[in-house]
Amino acid sequence: MGSYVLNRALHGVLLAFAVSVFTFALLELAPGTYFDDLKANPNISPETITLLKARYGLEQSLPLRYERWLKSAVRGDFGLSLAYNTPVAPLLLPRAKNTVVLTGLATLLAWMIAIPLGIWSSVGRSSWRGHMVETATSGLLVIPEMILALACLWIAVRTHALPVGGMTSTRFAEFNWWAKIKDLTSHLVVPVAVLAIGMLPVLMRHVRSSMAEVLSSQFIHAARAHGIPSRWVLMLYALPVAANPLISLLGFSLAGLLSASMLVEVVMGWPGIGPLLLEAILARDVYVVISAVMLSSVLVIFANLVADLLLYAADPRIRGGVS
Amino acid sequence: MKKLNQFRVAVYSLIAVHLVILLGGFIAPYDYAIQNRKYPFVAPTRIHVIDGLGHFHIRPFIYGLRYRSPEYIEEDEQMYPIRFLIRGSAYKLAGFLPARIHLFGVDEPARIFLLGTDEYGRDQLSRLLPGGQISLLAGLIAAALSIGIGLLFGIVAGYYGRLSDEIVMRLAEVFMVLPWLYLLLAVKGFLPLNVGPAKSFLLVISVIGLVGWARPARLIRGIVLTAKERNYVIAARGFGASDIYILRRHILPQTMAVVLTQATLLVTTYSLSEMTLSFLGLGVSEPVPSWGNMLASLQQYHVLTSYWWMFAPAFPAILVFWGYYTVANTLQEPTP
Repeated sequence: MGSYVLNRALHGVLLAFAVSVFTFALLELAPGTYFDDLKANPNISPETITLLKARYGLEQSLPLRYERWLKSAVRGDFGLSLAYNTPVAPLLLPRAKNTVVLTGLATLLAWMIAIPLGIWSSVGRSSWRGHMVETATSGLLVIPEMILALACLWIAVRTHALPVGGMTSTRFAEFNWWAKIKDLTSHLVVPVAVLAIGMLPVLMRHVRSSMAEVLSSQFIHAARAHGIPSRWVLMLYALPVAANPLISLLGFSLAGLLSASMLVEVVMGWPGIGPLLLEAILARDVYVVISAVMLSSVLVIFANLVADLLLYAADPRIRGGVS
Repeated sequence: MKKLNQFRVAVYSLIAVHLVILLGGFIAPYDYAIQNRKYPFVAPTRIHVIDGLGHFHIRPFIYGLRYRSPEYIEEDEQMYPIRFLIRGSAYKLAGFLPARIHLFGVDEPARIFLLGTDEYGRDQLSRLLPGGQISLLAGLIAAALSIGIGLLFGIVAGYYGRLSDEIVMRLAEVFMVLPWLYLLLAVKGFLPLNVGPAKSFLLVISVIGLVGWARPARLIRGIVLTAKERNYVIAARGFGASDIYILRRHILPQTMAVVLTQATLLVTTYSLSEMTLSFLGLGVSEPVPSWGNMLASLQQYHVLTSYWWMFAPAFPAILVFWGYYTVANTLQEPTP
């Protein structure tokens, strides 16, 4: 157990390191910099810009800058924001928390719908159930997240049933705790729904195909032949076997989910990493961008690690095989 | 059988949509950049066949518009018949043939807006078609690019193995954990922003194509790995066949099924990537239209709630995506 966890964790750390080197090199080597706009401004003298560059250490060589950034990241600052003139971490971390809340709830909701519905439709695959679910999922699959988000927003704005935009009402600070929870929940509904609906078709397909594969195998027929009730067969025999590919999907789907979340955050004004990143990109605030990209990939790496560990717990073959 | 019918419908509608978009300049009545500052957010023009006196006209006609707050009203004293094959603004048919003939139009000073106008009074239909050219072309070229890179890396990793395999797969892993939209935005954001439309389009395509090579590369590597162990490949090598010959004759043909399905899926993914970039203001630059930057104005709530015709690009986009997904699905499943 210990060596497996260590192995996977080490792999994750190395991967995160590689990602950081890659992102850093890519963005630092790109031609545009924060100072392009300043140079065009006639009120700012070239000497000031040189001074600023020296202050942020932007005239050092690439490896040196990387080393500085890495040290700062280890300290927990993640470099300096050029536009805000503060460390990146206080800007980024509260935003990251909001993104995690949004994507976490969406993931939970999507799986809670996808698993029962996927099982239900895999049982009667050739009957009307299968067809109905198939049609619904392929219908949802072809609607891009962007359009889905706009459509949900349209419904919410037109019906006035739910608040749109932002995470809290303007008078949030005055509310008592119960009103706060209610307010937050009502703001969460639309973005979470969009993300969950966006994830559903892909999850459903995986649940259904992996269940269907298990259900056609020999041991299920044997279990049925022994007269074990069909519900037990489904839940106790088939589901644990079908769960394996789904657990790895749980880790991998986060990369796509974060991208979808970015779009939803921008459209709905959710104060997550997305709007911050977009703003930082437009201002070419390089360390904010690098840190935001880095943080999101660390989240993905972490989710993969969790999935690996879950898989380890769920699958005796992995426990026996890989050291 | 049902699947096959669906496949047929998908292929025909894909061909139809692509044809319409290819001939966009001819079908669209105006140039995509022409603004009518007098007519922001005009609803789709009504086409009449019966005039105010109740007389029926074989040739459909429209009325001019006048703005009286809060809406546009039709001025029904003057009729403007719809004319077909009318001379109008210059355009390039299918991108290279200079022409001036448009499928339909009306005489000046009236304007016909079949899908309404945007905030600058630009005809939505005249933007939708060239916008489709941009979005779909971006998808097709970027897919070709990333499949090309994926094929190269996948074959090198799978066939030559060892160190090259290790390097390529580790690199692919880095690309797989980076959320693609973050990476795309970051890379695009740090490229020069103030460049011409053609150059910015090329930048968008190459960024999208370069970011997405990892998945096809991994899939192709897997196929190459099993393919090179087949007996006839080993036999060919025993007869002294060169690597190039084996790759071309025995291995490449085996990857074609995966390449084809991946390509159809990637076209939609990358068209969508282009739309997303443009939607967020980092894609092709105005006034060049794309389905993404046409939808972008819907981020303002008053546009979202009041002007439903601004959703227009969503429908061809969904149709095209459905078509490509259905084709990819049918390619994946073994047909009886």
